[in-house]
Amino acid sequence: MKTVVVVGHGMVGHRFVESLRRLDPDGTWRVVVLAEENRPAYDRVALSSYVGDASAEDLTLDGHDPRVELHLDEPVTAVDPVARTVRTGKGRDVAYDELVLATGSVPFVPPVPGRDLEHVFVYRTLDDLDGLRAAAQRAVSTAGAGRRAGVVVGGGLLGLEAANALRRLGLSPHVVEMAPRLMPVQVDEGGGALLQRLVSDLGLRVHTGVSTSSIARDHRGGLTVTLSDGTELDASVVVFSAGIRPADALARAAGLEVGERGGVLVDDRCRTSAEHVWAIGEVAAVRGRTYGLVAPGYAMAEVVAERLTGGDGRFTEADLSTKLKLLGVDVASFGDAHAATPGALEVTLDDPVAGTYAKLVVSDDARTLLGGVLVGDASDYDTLRGFLGAELPGDPMSLIAPAGGEAVGFEALPDAAQICSCNAVTKGALVEAISSGEATTVPQLKACTRAGTTCGSCVPTLAKVLASCGVEVSTALCEHFTRSRAELYEIIRVTGSTTFSEIVAQYGTGRGCDVCKPAVASMLATLAGGHVLDGESATLQDTNDHFLANMQRNGTYSVVPRLPGGEVTPDGLIAIGEVARDFGLYTKITGGQRIDLFGARVDDLPAIWRRLVDAGFESGHAYGKSLRTVKSCVGTDWCRYGVQDSVGLAVALELRYRGLRSPHKLKSGVSGCARECAEARSKDFGVIATETGWNLYLGGNGGFTPRHAELIASDLDTTTLVRTIDRFLMFYVRTADRLQRTAPWIESLEGGIDHLRAVIMDDSLGICAALDEQMAAHVAGYADEWAAVLDDPEKLARFTSFVNAPGVPDPTIEFVDHLGRRVPAGMKDGQPTDLAALGLGGVPITDGARIPMGAPA
Amino acid sequence: MTALDERTGTDPSSGTGWTPVCPLERLQPERGVCALVAGEPVAVFRTHDDRLFALHNVDPFSHASVLSRGIVGDLGGTPVVASPLYKQHFALETGRALEDSGVGVATYPVRVVNGTVEVGSP
Ligand code: SRM
Ligand SMILES: Cc1cc2nc3c(=O)[nH]c(=O)nc-3n(C[C@H](O)[C@H](O)[C@H](O)COP(=O)(O)OP(=O)(O)OC[C@H]3O[C@@H](n4cnc5c(N)ncnc54)[C@H](O)[C@@H]3O)c2cc1C
Ligand code: SF4
Ligand code: FES
Repeated sequence: MKTVVVVGHGMVGHRFVESLRRLDPDGTWRVVVLAEENRPAYDRVALSSYVGDASAEDLTLDGHDPRVELHLDEPVTAVDPVARTVRTGKGRDVAYDELVLATGSVPFVPPVPGRDLEHVFVYRTLDDLDGLRAAAQRAVSTAGAGRRAGVVVGGGLLGLEAANALRRLGLSPHVVEMAPRLMPVQVDEGGGALLQRLVSDLGLRVHTGVSTSSIARDHRGGLTVTLSDGTELDASVVVFSAGIRPADALARAAGLEVGERGGVLVDDRCRTSAEHVWAIGEVAAVRGRTYGLVAPGYAMAEVVAERLTGGDGRFTEADLSTKLKLLGVDVASFGDAHAATPGALEVTLDDPVAGTYAKLVVSDDARTLLGGVLVGDASDYDTLRGFLGAELPGDPMSLIAPAGGEAVGFEALPDAAQICSCNAVTKGALVEAISSGEATTVPQLKACTRAGTTCGSCVPTLAKVLASCGVEVSTALCEHFTRSRAELYEIIRVTGSTTFSEIVAQYGTGRGCDVCKPAVASMLATLAGGHVLDGESATLQDTNDHFLANMQRNGTYSVVPRLPGGEVTPDGLIAIGEVARDFGLYTKITGGQRIDLFGARVDDLPAIWRRLVDAGFESGHAYGKSLRTVKSCVGTDWCRYGVQDSVGLAVALELRYRGLRSPHKLKSGVSGCARECAEARSKDFGVIATETGWNLYLGGNGGFTPRHAELIASDLDTTTLVRTIDRFLMFYVRTADRLQRTAPWIESLEGGIDHLRAVIMDDSLGICAALDEQMAAHVAGYADEWAAVLDDPEKLARFTSFVNAPGVPDPTIEFVDHLGRRVPAGMKDGQPTDLAALGLGGVPITDGARIPMGAPA
Repeated sequence: MTALDERTGTDPSSGTGWTPVCPLERLQPERGVCALVAGEPVAVFRTHDDRLFALHNVDPFSHASVLSRGIVGDLGGTPVVASPLYKQHFALETGRALEDSGVGVATYPVRVVNGTVEVGSP
């Protein structure tokens, strides 16, 4: 058996071993790895996450093959290419048939006086970060007034990562960069200027065009960093991130040829000047050029693994694209970012207001994309990078102009476009894996192509590839209906069907499920009217609608009376308080400006609502896919800036649209002036007062994917405003998908918001009269669902825990008092936060009165 | 499970192990009720084709006593109830969860005697 010795178990050494094992399934190679670090290879690209949530285990690269002899903490100290042996730090000599050098790089530390002092670090290994973390923690815990600072020497990609790490460790970072801008390698002048502004806004202090002259210990045990312009910075730690140098000392000592600027010289097969010795990764200088990124290193690892197993791989091109999101700022650079190609043209779009900068470098005929820089918004990165070297589908400016993302269709990407640069996976390879049936989901794609398994930034694109290849995103409602919600809506509207049984028998199969039944129930509520618990309708409703309350995690319910516009009278407050007290309910102000009462047993719901209805309240529909709340600010009534009566309008809108069943919940807000205290622009329909009327914004939401609503019309009078909202809502109810909120719905409309404006303001489809009529019918037909239940003994009969033992409370429901908060007992493992136990002082619920525990009265 | 052939007379195998639950007409097709059977909460369902099923009411995923309040329907032809909390589906015939065949709830025999639904021991 022949022996291959690998020097270094970093990312590339690890990849080499993995590839060799894969290409040599019979184990004809004995693999010996000699590693300097005291742990197996880990994901250095994700190193910075180690100061966040990731543990060393999380970062460890997977799958150690037991057939590989891995010797940790045993560096190679000498190579004898003639005898074909290496000597290790433990004094052993190991013979090889083939030797692979994968020793990576070492951080470059310029000869600054004081660079050997304690609390001066580099940023390369987990051990470095352990040291940095300990020093930062010591500094933070001994801090008097004010934050402690840290200085990062070097404003490149890694320097900014290090600065971010310092910030996460509780220090205020300074970044010192000798070049006139940050990230000089990747970013051009315009992008660098914007980047500096954006990171400065986030609290980084940036010093460009200066170098570090010295570091000295000050009398309080901290460090003083002196810059070339005389500035003195007090710091608790200093991190050098001024570049890397190939770790080629071993090779030099063995007499191997090195590149002009360092690195072990290799040809495109990764062969060094010595026979049977190969070099890969950051230590290798392929035809004189070194690469400081992992993707080219992986490509070299594959080349050597192939050659040792009889293949003929060559290292060809290297994609030096970079994308990072630091402190929330997107930066991306790809291809010939500095327009070094002769004749190259630059197309630039600099929008200081939006905080975005985009530059494309194109060939002299403006047809081929050569490279680019994006700062502030890199959402087009994946698509643009895919066009590198390819003919552009349109005028370059249109690609980076604000609506550019849409113009660059993903489908237009050539097969050779690299989607995952970490693992050099092309669109073609992904498509191949999908069409061969090997992968039909993102996890499967990752498993069989490795795409997305390194930095992860390409994962969203993987989903797009799936979607773009027949892996159909079906519009069928569920297995019982092949039609979409909008199609079914039209069927029900035109046929006038009123029962689910009829609809599923004629237009579907089987008996329905928890997806299609509530969806059809919602459409029937809009089109046929009637109470949601009438007849067969009751069986279609989700539990929440079935009991007109929201089920909580222990099977109890929450009760939310409507408080239109968030308005409530003192008597109303007292009535709600009395109900909560008498039924032992936990109370809380919701995020929607109203009051939620939690922990009601199903048997108690009617009695609770009897009291609330008598006090003048009605259902808040917190349970339905329907209008929730219309938030308001105080407006002209009280506020010194208010220009319109925002409370009055909010109340009117909430009363108008209450009870309207829709594809998803609907929220609204009305602000009395542009200060926007009601957060109207984060609502499905938001209204902001102007001097002369109302501005209407559509399609906003908070939640999982927050969106700001877009302006559809300005300075509307109240009648036009309401009519426009009426039509917007009814058009949405008619055409949206199940559980599609208004923002994605508007996006899905061809023509987006402009199309919507044409339909509901200019009646481009000629349906406005029908929409108006439907809304009028809704408003006229509204009745409080709870009041109706209380008047109907048959509906009331549902509200029992046990059909054969009415009045017996459910013994599985128990509450405990936790720090004055009434919570479900013994469910889940989540425990209420005990601030006192954390040494932060317990804060009891305001109002000395505690919620009574035990059985409700 | 039982078909709704009205049974009169006593089931010889049953002894006293049957708990009357409610009149048959109280069971709305495709909607459950919960009954207390020997101290245990039991969900009783009637499907559209008038078959009856009874399952233990505690949802094994959330540990809340709520299955009777789920939506009844079918998936791939199997009659199921969806847990109202996290929407896992339980086969009415076997009590098995479709999403995880290792999880299930106990099933109970059900019958109708003189128009009254009765649940037996599991
Ligand atoms: C009670 C409340 C939290 C609170 O204590 O403040 C709440 C509670 C729930 N929210 Fe919420 N949300 C509440 C305000 C909000 C807000 C804030 C607001 O309305 O201004 C938001 C973000 C704004 C928005 O919706 O755009 C919010 C975004 C969500 C989302 C994410 C929606 C999205 O589009 O991504 C969900 C999940 C969903 O609906 O699918 C959700 C779902 C839920 C559910 C229904 C989860 C569930 O299925 O059990 C919670 C149960 C309510 C209940 O009473 O049992 N809740 N939820 C708030 C009730 C407001 C009200 O008075 O009706
Ligand atoms: C914070 C940070 C962020 C990064 N972000 C990115 C990024 O976003 N994208 C990207 O492409 N790249 C990024 N990189 C660079 C990437 O990590 C490297 O390109 C990659 O790790 C190179 O792999 P390598 O195996 O060649 O070297 P290394 O991973 O450095 O591995 C070399 C190993 O060899 C060991 N060794 C050295 N000498 C000896 C010896 N004599 N005997 C035995 N063992 C020895 C070393 O201890 C080390 O464990 C980042 C790097 C850092 C530090
Ligand atoms: S944020 Fe999550 S936990 Fe909080 S109320 Fe909303 S859904 Fe429930
Ligand atoms: S681009 Fe990094 S994992 Fe795909």
